[in-house]
Amino acid sequence: MNEIIQAFFQAIELIITLDPSVMEITLRSLIISFSATLIATVIAIPLGFLIQIHEFYGKKMVINLVQTLYALPTVIVGLFVFVFISRAGPFGFLRLLFTPTAMIIAQTILILPIMTGLTISALTGVDPTIRDTIRSLGANTRQYLGLLVREARFAIIAAIMLGFSRAISEVGAAIMIGGNTQTSAFWTSTRVLTTAISLETSMGNIEFSMALGIILLSIALVVNLVMMRVQQR
Amino acid sequence: MIEIAGISKQFGVKEVLREVNATVQEGEIFAIIGPSGSGKSTLLRIINLLEQPTGGRVLFDGTDIHAAADQSLALRRSMGMVFQKPVVFSTTVFENVAAGLRIRGMSKAAIRERVEAVLEVIGLADRAEQGARTLSGGEMQRVAIARVLVTDPALLLMDEPTANLDPLSTETIEDLIRTINREYGTTLLIATHDLLQGQRLADRMGVMIDGTFAQVGLPHEIFSAPRTRGVARFVGMENIIRGRISACEQGLATVDAGGRQVMAPTPLLVGESVSLCIRPEDVTLFLPGTEAGSARNVFGGTVQAIKALGPFRHVGVECGFSLAALATWKAVEELGLHAGSEVQVAFKASAVHVVRDEER
Repeated sequence: MNEIIQAFFQAIELIITLDPSVMEITLRSLIISFSATLIATVIAIPLGFLIQIHEFYGKKMVINLVQTLYALPTVIVGLFVFVFISRAGPFGFLRLLFTPTAMIIAQTILILPIMTGLTISALTGVDPTIRDTIRSLGANTRQYLGLLVREARFAIIAAIMLGFSRAISEVGAAIMIGGNTQTSAFWTSTRVLTTAISLETSMGNIEFSMALGIILLSIALVVNLVMMRVQQR
Repeated sequence: MIEIAGISKQFGVKEVLREVNATVQEGEIFAIIGPSGSGKSTLLRIINLLEQPTGGRVLFDGTDIHAAADQSLALRRSMGMVFQKPVVFSTTVFENVAAGLRIRGMSKAAIRERVEAVLEVIGLADRAEQGARTLSGGEMQRVAIARVLVTDPALLLMDEPTANLDPLSTETIEDLIRTINREYGTTLLIATHDLLQGQRLADRMGVMIDGTFAQVGLPHEIFSAPRTRGVARFVGMENIIRGRISACEQGLATVDAGGRQVMAPTPLLVGESVSLCIRPEDVTLFLPGTEAGSARNVFGGTVQAIKALGPFRHVGVECGFSLAALATWKAVEELGLHAGSEVQVAFKASAVHVVRDEER
């Protein structure tokens, strides 16, 4: 028990003293997951709109499929991306395997379904009378969509936040695609919070793992607080 | 201004509107009254271009609104619609009211001026910066009215604007509707299931039953001379008795109903199947053997049931047909009536409104 407490205090110390390797891993984690969230936002929100506002054959099926993929296992995404970018794969020539870029791609794919699905829910959640009101006021298509986004904005922001949370906390794809490498340069290394915790723990560096774990939890906490503030307004 | 010509609408196999015809004059308040689910909302939604009719046309100052696809946005911007459910955008009161003007690309200064003026009219000027979602239902509905009013519509459509509101808010909204019509000369088309609201507000009204106008006319015409059984029932004619005209002399017919001969004025001819509409307040009660006054129709019967109704008693009598009478509780007490009592019912020929039975 004493050892755990001791490790905990050492972890706090690592954070307070801004230990360079802790900071580097944290920063890399944030950059990779922010990038993935940004790309996924640009794809998922318009996609959610397209699915929601159009009536087409098989729409229910598509929404069902998207919702099923909320639970997409991260290792499946890892496997999927791996076969495409490994040396023998169709995109092998790009030499993306074990790079931060590949991790961004994997995380984007991972969070696309949940962000698309939640965008659809956000739009569906707008009162039909509000939609009629917008149309009745004489809005053209562009104005209609603009006002619809404004009405659904809190739910859409929540979708983005949730996507980010899932991206930064996943470990399966990150380790398969990134490989948890540590090189001399910041941009060629792929060690992020989750993969580092996994590796350092198995190597017995409990205090280091704990420090990264506390940071990971704090990020989740901050995201949650921001989300709550947004929704209360 | 608005000519509704043979409008019909089907949702799948369900026929919601059939052959609806009516004309709305410029500057009038026209009420569409009818029970819930009779198709009132659908008709308003068709006029507001939110639905396409299955058949027929709506002419707005001569333009077939559903045929002019390139003009639909301009047409929609020349009218406004207030929905039954009070809804506001999740922003401030000011921005809610400004929404239609922003859509029309009006300048900031002009928007401010017009929104402030309208907020004054609806009495929410001091709450312009408040979040609209924090308002009460009645206030939200006022914002919804202001939101369309500010765009200066030539035609204002209102779908049950007070159905979700308490009596006090309803009164405020009704006052507002009258003000809009008087001050701005706006033509209003209001759907309501509340007959009395229709009577309070409308210059003319149409009674919609089963997806079509059973009668269009002045409120007093509809109340005093309903044209069909359905309208009679909707306007509160409680006694509707089926019969057949057996004789007719100078506009006064003898109608065979349940073995009794009822005298009633009608231009209809011998042999027609008719319904006799009699308001319970026009029926008087007497004890058997006493003088029943000058009424042409006097029948003996048995009291079936007596129900309290505010200061009145509602007396159901079986006299060959069922007839309801409305009397003061005092009168009922003096006559000593109770279920099973023998009684005489009397009503004037002029109290009977004769309706030809519909073929359906």
